[in-house]
Amino acid sequence: MTHHQQVDFDDNVSRALNDTQLIKNIKAAMGTLVSKRKTIFSNEAETEQLRTLGNALKQKALSKLPQLLEQLEEKCTQNGIKVHWAETTSEANHQVLEIMRSHGATRLVKGKSMVSEEMELNAFLQKNGIEALETDLGEFIIQLNHEKPAHIIVPAIHKNKDQISKIFHEKIPNTPYTEDVAELTAIARKTLRKKFYEAEVGLSGVNFAVAETGTLCLVENEGNGRMCTTVPGVHIALMGLEKVVEKLEDLPPLLRLLTGSATGQLITTYVNMITTARKQGEKDGPKEVHLIILDNGRSQIFADPDRRQTLQCIRCGTCLSHCPVYNRIGGHAYGYTYPGPIGKILNPQVEGLKAAGVLATASSLCNACEEVCPVKIQIPDLIRRIRNESYSKDPASTMEGHGYKRNLLETLTWMIWEKTNTYPIINAVGLKILSVLGITLPKIGPLKNWTRYRARPELAPKSLHELVKHHGVDHE
Amino acid sequence: MRVYPEKPQKVYYFGTCLVDMMYPEAGMAGIKLIQREGVKVIFPPRQTCCGQPAYNSGFPDEARTVARKQIELFPENYPIVVPSGSCAGMMRHHYPKLFANDPDSERAINFSKKIYELSEFLVHVLDVKLEDRGDPIKVTWHSSCHALREMRTTEDSKLLIRSLKNVNLIELQNETECCGFGGTFAIKQPAISAAMVKDKTDDIRQTGSARFISGDCGCLMNISGAMQHDKIQIDGQHLAEFIWERINDTPSAG
Repeated sequence: MTHHQQVDFDDNVSRALNDTQLIKNIKAAMGTLVSKRKTIFSNEAETEQLRTLGNALKQKALSKLPQLLEQLEEKCTQNGIKVHWAETTSEANHQVLEIMRSHGATRLVKGKSMVSEEMELNAFLQKNGIEALETDLGEFIIQLNHEKPAHIIVPAIHKNKDQISKIFHEKIPNTPYTEDVAELTAIARKTLRKKFYEAEVGLSGVNFAVAETGTLCLVENEGNGRMCTTVPGVHIALMGLEKVVEKLEDLPPLLRLLTGSATGQLITTYVNMITTARKQGEKDGPKEVHLIILDNGRSQIFADPDRRQTLQCIRCGTCLSHCPVYNRIGGHAYGYTYPGPIGKILNPQVEGLKAAGVLATASSLCNACEEVCPVKIQIPDLIRRIRNESYSKDPASTMEGHGYKRNLLETLTWMIWEKTNTYPIINAVGLKILSVLGITLPKIGPLKNWTRYRARPELAPKSLHELVKHHGVDHE
Repeated sequence: MRVYPEKPQKVYYFGTCLVDMMYPEAGMAGIKLIQREGVKVIFPPRQTCCGQPAYNSGFPDEARTVARKQIELFPENYPIVVPSGSCAGMMRHHYPKLFANDPDSERAINFSKKIYELSEFLVHVLDVKLEDRGDPIKVTWHSSCHALREMRTTEDSKLLIRSLKNVNLIELQNETECCGFGGTFAIKQPAISAAMVKDKTDDIRQTGSARFISGDCGCLMNISGAMQHDKIQIDGQHLAEFIWERINDTPSAG
């Protein structure tokens, strides 16, 4: 596993909260995504049924994951797709590089792939003298501006039209400034079209890989994915090992859930099903197809029965769109490939608690994510699990870096909390002393964080326990 | 949907720690609303907290000790009414998980089945009829996330408010969004929490309501605290206290 440096989350958060343009862009865009989803999933009972099915299908696939992966490899190999296994992102990067080098290739066009973000593939290839060009419009925009995706499915959603106009004008040579959307799209199209013809290799992600047929399923709306997977002579597909499903018939409900949750679409403009390279006599398609299957910590997540559900994720991004925290800090503040609720549970499990455990504190446990998750991942419970393991010295803990956060102050605080709430007499007497003396809670320590934005909580003169006694309520 | 029992002779009342310390009048009003229907309310005096603060903060052992104590204090098979969606959610939906690998697992499951949030109990079990005796007033309603998504009792609460004939309920534009309390979240991520509660207070203000009503004291404490801090003159009130006031035309239940 490639471990990254600990992110300064607090600093990221305060910068994001002060960036009014960013927050305005994010909120407006998320509002649109949320309402589109609501329109497509307007029938509550039907949606619930569909989500239950999605959950069952992904659980079924995970229940026989090793077997399905073997079957996938076997079928792909039979179909002429070459399968590579990568335990780490570094291995996966080198596999891409090797394939490129074996063809003497220096130019790569990429369709959208979060796994490639996880691998930091672009930077790696650049260091090795290879141009990797993002062809998804959103990815294209942020690549021009040297940024990372701010959202799993709409990577440049934090930018508005004016900002994009400026980026195009400044970063694409000989581009006059324009705010006209049609003109902007035409500029991107013209720039990319040439690159599709020139590139020797095309790269894509995988939304679902079907074990029974060895089919790679890829959804997209711009056609760039189809270009990347058909125009260049070589196609490399990247997938996390959790993307495998058992049967072809599992796809329709999962696709419906994915596109409905992600963009509020019944179906995307393009649905690509890739099963073989170009066959003899065929006029188009790549002559060679490679599938790289990445682990990067996933098999460790798989090994823990409670954490395993993390791998059900189909990367629709709807938990981000519905998250009140994501809506206020955007994607970059999280500091890792996967932002939002799914990022809060995925990054700490992949990167270790010490590096990314802090993300789990950024949740009010409002359950909005769990309510919309198309495959019913219990995100709040997993956030609690990460919080537990952050303090746990228990050898049964399975997360890397467990117990990293353990400290005397919090241990003592919760010990005292436990005692006062187990021995109510201490609780009652303590409370009485505070209220009789008119002592409000002090403005120090954790309360300082409260009173910076809110009035100090005041204790009532008489507790409910006292009122109940006074009114003669039964206590049996 | 949940299947509700017939009106019982006796119920237990779990007041919650926040009600005990900060909003005892609301707790008392809840008791009186049940007593008013001829049901005997039993308040086990040694009760304290449901354990949620530790449960959500990474200290499940401490949460379990406190939760076990509460389970012991409510031994009979009476419904347990809780004037909070969040604490009720903890006891109903999280106790079985908290005790999953514990010898008390079965007790915890049985206990959780007895839990009712106050609004749902008033509506579905007691079928209360409320006669509004107060002056006309415009109010808005804020649901806690756990009342909304765990206990699913928000519609019951709003039904109670709407049954008061002189009360005009104006709904929030963003009613389903969290107010930013989240227990220790407000302390651990104060800036994000503040941004959330600011949007909530703005939403409450735009309704033009004189008061905002909630069934959860955590939210009340958070939103009222932010309003006081920003010198906004809108009072927050617990639903039970509001109803008691309206049907008696008196400002206090204590």
